Amino acid sequence: MTVNVLQPGLSTTVQDLGRPGFYHVGIPLSGGMDRYALIAANLLVGNDDGDAVLETTFLGPELQFLEDALVAVTGADLPPLVDGVEQPVWEAFSIKAGQVLSFDYLRSGARSYIAIAGGIDVPLALGSRSTYALGGLGGYQGRALKAGDMLSVGPAKRPAGPGRGIGPELHPPLPTVTELRMLPGLYWHRMTDEAAANFFEDVWKLAPEADRIGGRFRGGRSPKLVDRPQPFGAGSNPSNITDACYPYGSIQIPGCLEPIVLHRDAVSVGGYFMVGTVISADMDLIGQLPPNAKTRFVKVDMEQALEARRAYRRRLDRLRASLS
Amino acid sequence: MKPRYSFGGDEHVFVEFGEEMSLEGFFASMSLTNAIRDSRIRGVTEICPANATLLVKYDPDVISPADMMGEIRQLETAAEKTEPVLRTRIIEMPVYYNDPWTHETLMRFRDRHQAPDATDLEYSAKISGYDDVSSFIGAHAGSPWFVSAVGFVAGLPFMYQMVERPLQIDVPKYLRPRLDTPRLTVGHGGCFGCVYSVRGAGGYQMFGVTPMPIYDPRQELNYLRDFMIFFKPGDIVKFKPVGREEYDDTVRRVDANNFEPLIRQVTFNLEDFHKAPTACNQALEGILHDR
Repeated sequence: MTVNVLQPGLSTTVQDLGRPGFYHVGIPLSGGMDRYALIAANLLVGNDDGDAVLETTFLGPELQFLEDALVAVTGADLPPLVDGVEQPVWEAFSIKAGQVLSFDYLRSGARSYIAIAGGIDVPLALGSRSTYALGGLGGYQGRALKAGDMLSVGPAKRPAGPGRGIGPELHPPLPTVTELRMLPGLYWHRMTDEAAANFFEDVWKLAPEADRIGGRFRGGRSPKLVDRPQPFGAGSNPSNITDACYPYGSIQIPGCLEPIVLHRDAVSVGGYFMVGTVISADMDLIGQLPPNAKTRFVKVDMEQALEARRAYRRRLDRLRASLS
Repeated sequence: MKPRYSFGGDEHVFVEFGEEMSLEGFFASMSLTNAIRDSRIRGVTEICPANATLLVKYDPDVISPADMMGEIRQLETAAEKTEPVLRTRIIEMPVYYNDPWTHETLMRFRDRHQAPDATDLEYSAKISGYDDVSSFIGAHAGSPWFVSAVGFVAGLPFMYQMVERPLQIDVPKYLRPRLDTPRLTVGHGGCFGCVYSVRGAGGYQMFGVTPMPIYDPRQELNYLRDFMIFFKPGDIVKFKPVGREEYDDTVRRVDANNFEPLIRQVTFNLEDFHKAPTACNQALEGILHDR
């Protein structure tokens, strides 16, 4: 089964659940930024959780299907069109040979997941089909899709048909002011008490150039740091540390100006202090923030972080149960 | 050395061996890395040493954060008692210093540099107290370097020179990062050297280029067939200055896929190094050249 890429959209990449195990040599996890939506799209078309799908950002692609196929689109509210006729999101639908899948304008969210029964069939690279564009690794020739690319799709794994959907109670919320829960730590102690309080008080806005590596937030007050002589090797700016390994979701503040949250294609090592880490349960949410999305950071402790993780799991279990 | 522990959210434990860069901190991070790898603690998905820090990623559904940190602390106490010995390899890396490609790039981004009227090499030589560029290059290529981290992007080595602290090259990064750096540029920022594994943005001073690729996602190069990334933390690197002719020749051999980097197995003892750094480095170089 083959899909012809007529238009690639703004940034459309092949992603699965990622490539763990190589962060120590600078190859990040990659994989869908919104993993819940990725898994949901796969389950709707009868795929396994971690089959490869297309992740598309803001502006969807135009894809011509050369054979009949079953498709589902989840994540952002980016309405799919089959030969111009609108199809539901979070629900499987059929496409006939020769028809074109395109997208209407984005209504909310940022990233959509397009699953095709059988999964996108690109070669495995270090155990994953995810695209890591910075390193030219995985996915379709190590890069985002271009017009003229021909995507192979594997054989369907189990029977599934159109009309199977996921109710709105199981769609993740897309609030107007997003709260990102974070666990303070790492180099949190570098900030003054006042700067620490401001960090949680201020409303931040996601800068438009946010990508799979990370997102920068603007609009809050720049933090003041506790004075200290700079340690050998750290560099001259007070926001510099001796280059260290960056956790996924870690929040760094280069030049004490604007916080950056690292995501699935994180740069693994760098020399900027970090004030803490967005909890695992809220990482998907970052993938759905549109440009200028209003955001607050909310302080949690480890117990709350683990409870949020359990709640995320329970929602996934309900999703699975609703489709079985 | 008393390390500092912190949680990075619910999925990471972060360990810092001192705020400053030091060989001791690097060794402590490497021995704890090895201890965690050998212990096969369940739930661990990534073990990432970086300079004087270590990051462990784990699955909190398999092991609780408190238990994970507890396991690492126990291993650290044990690792502290092991001899600071590293069995590793030494690699010779040819470098064409002062090459035309990094020169063209640095001229394009002069407005982002501290010294718009000098080259990166001239600036770095001057603020490091060297009389001229060639004696600075002599120091850069004169003593070996530890690969103290691999990352930022795929396969990029951070390197720390194996000399006493007063001899460490310590130069600021660009005032504002460049938008471009040639692939395989040999750079330096703060106390760290690096080799840019891919073309891209960068803030380190640019000293030269190596003809020897260190990242090959297609795994076609003969010496990167087993794994796409050449360096790993703990490798030792000795730079060898080469001119245009040898650079071009090496590029031809790489393109024809018959270039093999010069590599030898070595044992490095940190205590021996501290007693006599120069002799220790000479011995390493002797092994490299089968003397």
